[in-house]
Amino acid sequence: MTAPTGIVPGHARGVLLVVEHFWTWYRRNWRATAVSSILQPLLFLLAFGVGFGSLVDGAGRAATGGVPYLVWLAPALLAVSAVQSAAFESTYPVLSAFKWQRVYHAMVAGPITPAQVALGHLAWTVAKITGTGAVFVVVIAVFGGVAGPGIVGSLLAAALTGAAVAALVMAFAATVENEGGPFNALFRFVVIPMTLFSGTFFPVDRLPEWVRPVAWISPLWHGTELARAAALGTGRALALLGHVAVLAGLLAVGIVLVTRLYRRRLTR
Amino acid sequence: MGDGLVQARGLRKRFGEFEAVRGIDVDVAPGEVFGFLGPNGAGKSSTMRMVACVSPRTGGTLQVLGMDPDVDGPRIRARIGVVPQLDNLDAELTVRQNLQVYGRYFGLPKRHVREKAAELMEFAQLADRADEPVEPLSGGMKRRLTIARALVNDPELLLLDEPTTGLDPQARHLLWERLYRLKREGVTQIITTHYMDEAEQLCDRLVVMDGGVIVAEGSPAELIGRHAAREVLELRFAPEDRPPAAAFARLADRVEELPDRLLLSTADGERVQGEVARAGHRPISALVRRATLEDVFLRLTGRTLVD
Repeated sequence: MTAPTGIVPGHARGVLLVVEHFWTWYRRNWRATAVSSILQPLLFLLAFGVGFGSLVDGAGRAATGGVPYLVWLAPALLAVSAVQSAAFESTYPVLSAFKWQRVYHAMVAGPITPAQVALGHLAWTVAKITGTGAVFVVVIAVFGGVAGPGIVGSLLAAALTGAAVAALVMAFAATVENEGGPFNALFRFVVIPMTLFSGTFFPVDRLPEWVRPVAWISPLWHGTELARAAALGTGRALALLGHVAVLAGLLAVGIVLVTRLYRRRLTR
Repeated sequence: MGDGLVQARGLRKRFGEFEAVRGIDVDVAPGEVFGFLGPNGAGKSSTMRMVACVSPRTGGTLQVLGMDPDVDGPRIRARIGVVPQLDNLDAELTVRQNLQVYGRYFGLPKRHVREKAAELMEFAQLADRADEPVEPLSGGMKRRLTIARALVNDPELLLLDEPTTGLDPQARHLLWERLYRLKREGVTQIITTHYMDEAEQLCDRLVVMDGGVIVAEGSPAELIGRHAAREVLELRFAPEDRPPAAAFARLADRVEELPDRLLLSTADGERVQGEVARAGHRPISALVRRATLEDVFLRLTGRTLVD
């Protein structure tokens, strides 16, 4: 018998090895997902930015602070698409890894811990939505929606928003035993309303006063405000700091929850 | 502390109200193939998951490779190999990628896992499918790949939870041959199974589990010697002229009544078969066979293992 060769990788290294696993998968399967992950934001860009925007640009410049609607919308679309991908990537793929393919169980049969699995999958999801967002920035630029280098800040804001949402949704997915109901409810009652009422397509101050608090609790509103401020060079420093603090706080809560719930589910 | 690879004392596992493992003592020595035999729900898999350090124990003590799973789980898991009851291969990766990706989790360098993957694909007879995705492989091939994957870190201890359940006979024999080869190489193995023939073929020593406790322990031959006669005469009767079991009590050491047949335990099956005929009984079929672990299990629990 040869001597055993396995060792326990360090904490960060273990997380990176989980990312490496997903990267290996992605290198093989990227064609299937790349088209769909860029197609949806592209459709939004065409329908709202170009189509709807032509309607707005005559009379609505006051609401956008004087910039063309497309330029005003583009950074918010980055945030929306990050949140939508984050929610999608953190639901069915997570349930599959727990239940159908059981890939998580294979990972923790070795020296990797459930917390490393959770953080690795989260890190991979954030890397993927950031990469998709970067491609989307180029597409937006082609349509003339990029005002300046501030869009890089928008991309980072979108990534932070996506990370917070992904961590929270992964934590939720770790408690789901069966497909169907829970995820449908999440998309219908959380993700879609959040997309519509977070100031993406129109400023939140156009909403009736009593609806506005709904936007304030939405991570996407904070992300949208940040992304737009970065792209347009607007916004007060204190408010921006507040948005970052909310998103970072949600991310921290998500990380605590997701690592605990992964451990609970993988070590029964 | 002995030099056993696994040592359990009073080991317990409770899930809510249900106690799956109710205080078992187990010792596994280096180099041996140790079996947990029992029906579904006997507590075999729960025990395996505790030994594999993925399920914390509820009570008792447990040492694996001289360490406590509650304290040193990752260190133990780095040195063992696990073949789970349900395959958990990454179906969208190739055979080769499954081995390489998995090997990396054990902190192994890329170059090492490349070479190891090639070696293991030979071992698992999957070299010709190396760069094909796992999804379309047959059940036997996936099982062999799962076993190969469990060897990627050259483990000191290999845990196999029902390795051949659901495979056809040909695939089972190929797997058994691979496991036997590992045994000759000195790899300690713990196997759970509800197949008697598998336990007899593979295990040096085994425990019979039922209802969360160990009901017997020994080598397959010892268990058969202790709990069963040497031979068994199986008699099958038409339902309408099946005699009561008591009619044969005088002829055999022991008579078991199953729904479809009678089992007569005896040292000399052919002699008893002759006496059955002389007594005027006319079974549809009569078969003399060597006693197996199935007979041991039936004797110990009053039930068959696989229904």
